[in-house]
Amino acid sequence: MGIEPGLGVERREARFAWGLAAPALVTILLVALFPLAWTVWESLHLHDLRMPWLGRPFVGVDNYVEAVRDERFRGALAHTLFFTVVTVALELGLGCVLALAMNRPFRGRALMRAAVLVPWAIPTVVSALLWRFIFEGRSGIANALLVEAGVVRAAPVWFIHTDLAWVPVILADVWKTTPFVALLLLAGLQNIDPALYEAARIDGASAWRQFRHVTLPLLKPAILVALVFRTLDAFRVFDLIYVMTGGGPGTSTEPIALYTFHSLLQNLRFGYGSALSVIGFAVTFALALGYVRFLGPGLTETRA
Amino acid sequence: MTRGSRWAAVAIGLLVLGSAFPFYWAIVSSFTPEARLFEAPSLLPRTLVLDHYRALFTERNFWVPIRNSLVVAGTTTAFCVVVGGLCAYALARLRFRGKGPLLGLILAVSVFPQISLVSPLYLVLRSVGLINTYPGLILPYLTFAMPLTVWLLVGFFRQLPAELEEAAIVDGASRLRTLREVIVPVALPGLATTAILTFVYSWNEFLFALSFTLGPERQTVPVAIALFRGMYQVPWGQILAAAIVATAPVALLVLAFQRRIVQGLTAGAVKG
Amino acid sequence: MASVRLAGVEKVYPNGHVAARGLDMEIADGEFMVLVGPSGCGKSTALRMIAGLETPTAGRVFIGGRDVTRLPPQDRDIAMVFQSYALYPHMTVRENLAFGLRMRGVARPVIAERVKAVAQALGLEGVLDRKPSQLSGGQRQRVALGRAMVRDPQVFLFDEPLSNLDAKLRVETRAELARLHRRLRATIVYVTHDQEEALTLGGRVAVMRDGLVEQVGPPMEVYRRPASIFVAGFVGSPAMNFLPGEVRDGSWSGPAGLILPLPAGGSGGGRAARATLGVRPHDVAIVAPGAGDGDARVDVIEPRGSELLVHLRLGPEGSGEEVRVIAPPDAPVRVESAVGLRWDRERLHWFDPESGRRLD
Repeated sequence: MGIEPGLGVERREARFAWGLAAPALVTILLVALFPLAWTVWESLHLHDLRMPWLGRPFVGVDNYVEAVRDERFRGALAHTLFFTVVTVALELGLGCVLALAMNRPFRGRALMRAAVLVPWAIPTVVSALLWRFIFEGRSGIANALLVEAGVVRAAPVWFIHTDLAWVPVILADVWKTTPFVALLLLAGLQNIDPALYEAARIDGASAWRQFRHVTLPLLKPAILVALVFRTLDAFRVFDLIYVMTGGGPGTSTEPIALYTFHSLLQNLRFGYGSALSVIGFAVTFALALGYVRFLGPGLTETRA
Repeated sequence: MTRGSRWAAVAIGLLVLGSAFPFYWAIVSSFTPEARLFEAPSLLPRTLVLDHYRALFTERNFWVPIRNSLVVAGTTTAFCVVVGGLCAYALARLRFRGKGPLLGLILAVSVFPQISLVSPLYLVLRSVGLINTYPGLILPYLTFAMPLTVWLLVGFFRQLPAELEEAAIVDGASRLRTLREVIVPVALPGLATTAILTFVYSWNEFLFALSFTLGPERQTVPVAIALFRGMYQVPWGQILAAAIVATAPVALLVLAFQRRIVQGLTAGAVKG
Repeated sequence: MASVRLAGVEKVYPNGHVAARGLDMEIADGEFMVLVGPSGCGKSTALRMIAGLETPTAGRVFIGGRDVTRLPPQDRDIAMVFQSYALYPHMTVRENLAFGLRMRGVARPVIAERVKAVAQALGLEGVLDRKPSQLSGGQRQRVALGRAMVRDPQVFLFDEPLSNLDAKLRVETRAELARLHRRLRATIVYVTHDQEEALTLGGRVAVMRDGLVEQVGPPMEVYRRPASIFVAGFVGSPAMNFLPGEVRDGSWSGPAGLILPLPAGGSGGGRAARATLGVRPHDVAIVAPGAGDGDARVDVIEPRGSELLVHLRLGPEGSGEEVRVIAPPDAPVRVESAVGLRWDRERLHWFDPESGRRLD
């Protein structure tokens, strides 16, 4: 004599759980998944809001073909990759140094935490404006300081040069985000048992050796988490560049997100813009999947 | 001082200086008359005026974007903490099948580049007449606020001692009452931190606010500042004043709750 | 108060882990039943199935004669004391005690009265308005107990409630629990991994292993007549000695030439030609070499205050199996010395080496 498994306490609990989770699930389906599906569908059509008389014919992969041939899009892709690689590398490196420095007990911890959190907490728009102001024109404070320090003779106009324009942009991103990376790494550092360092010291390991053989391996999970977050964020950069350079001069600092935005809301080419979105999304998703596979199932594990 | 801690002190000193400098410079400049802004700038201010701040509120009516941001960020936060919180509780503490995929789905949504949601959301909002309205911003905001809230709260709920709910159930409380009378009060610090973080992210959001609003009546603070236009030149004085006004509340919130915020962020992220 | 009955209860988890197989147990009204066993034996799972926190995958649970298998914990009229106490940290002691009654809609004056009575009984009047974080470990344990008592349930369930206390407190609280049981005459189901606790507290003890009950009975019976090698080795400290051997011509012969007669009426022949001997360290005496049933050599001596724990190796050269013996503190033993061992004929146990079961 037995009862059907799944009845009783566990079944009731599962029902209650789904009841709690349902509103969030429905919300996500409505505002995220459904629109995403729509975007994919839209990308297969010609839909130009400036020319409504053309209707909305199905054109298959024409938009995608155009995108691949579009030089401006390829440029945007290159800019995005460049930006991502440079900022992530700088932020991880500096963040690591900072985290190591912050890992010691000292007074003024609160001050340091504030210094770390406030840049992260302000709108990207504001940080973009602050840094634009610093590098603006010939007599922004940056130029004033550089000239006075004798680093340059004539003050450059940063935002006019296709290469120099990247400097304030990257600086602004590093300023805003390195603290956050440092925080993530610091949390990882604090999880390392100090007894390991003592054992290494007794074994005669120098500071560098300790770093290489104790710190680095045990910090790997935190580094990977920081890497994933930062790469995904850097790839989707929009606010910073829109406000700082508008993608300019010309389109020399334009990332994918900005070009897609132009296609959609300035050129009103919804079909084409959607195709660009999908490509951007696919690349981001592929990156994320790649990281997840690399990191193992740890990211989406839940405790039963 | 050992060599190591001297080097660390230098690094920290540079950090604090580097973080603070742009703010310092912005604050100083926002009190500097417009004419002086690009004329031989010096690190120490010579004259201080309130012109820019005054103009902000009299000429540009900066109260409006502030109000808009408060409404949108506040509503988004309230909705997400409640709805997302219930979902997070289920994910963290209840047993049911499909838990893994559900969490994975919610987190996957946070991977979506915002830009890919702009076109469909724009078309939908336009067709139901929600462009340039509060709901027209709150709904899109849920796409990033909800996953964030769920992620953070799952981390917090997991830290609660496991036997609390069982004790309440054995004592005779229904699951709902357990949630209300036992879990929520104990999780209050985590809920507060999540609310703060969600609010900050919503307040700072730019792309959706730029895409889905048409004019100053519904623009949020980041958009309003970015679109400041002067008659003849970029009004840097007012822009900086606006930036300070825009960030002061957020900065103060963060400073007041820094320990909790750091705990929340790192608990969710590193132990992922 | 009520009786508890488990009939054919099984619990298999979705991942295949079997926590309980075919549990059958009857706990009488007012009885103090202890479930004891090593970790993973299923005792906590059994307790949780009585509580209703887990549902059996087969079998039924009865409380007070009522089939409660499908009822949630709220409807079973049971109270539970958790290993970590699980006190509500944001409520005062008073609110903690009152919670259960409040959930059941008991009138406020009645709640106040009962809370006061329980607080008095447990010596908690002074801390009624404190929060759990402001209490000592012992006080917290009493609040957990009080929370259960105030509900006046049909059955009390205890899940290793003493394991978080230090040794001294544990012994004191044990006595208190025994007193409590006498006064309340409550039906108690108590889970522990500590066999000493089980023997001192239980009216009856159920020794469990791998999801099955190996033996149920009063503590003395489980101690004196263990039903299997596992029970014999688990109950009693220091653990019982086991020696492999054979039954031949009406006696048992073991290692190092040890020969012991079987008790009268013992099955000399039959299938069980091999038999393992079990004897407790207390039931072997150290005598002069040659004056006992066999010789041995002393290996290690552990003084334990009121007695000595002597490790010996069988055989005049000390080349055989190891045997542990409890000896009085003034016993004439020295390391490496040769001694004789006399085995108490009344206290020998034999087990089938394959099935582990007791042979009679």
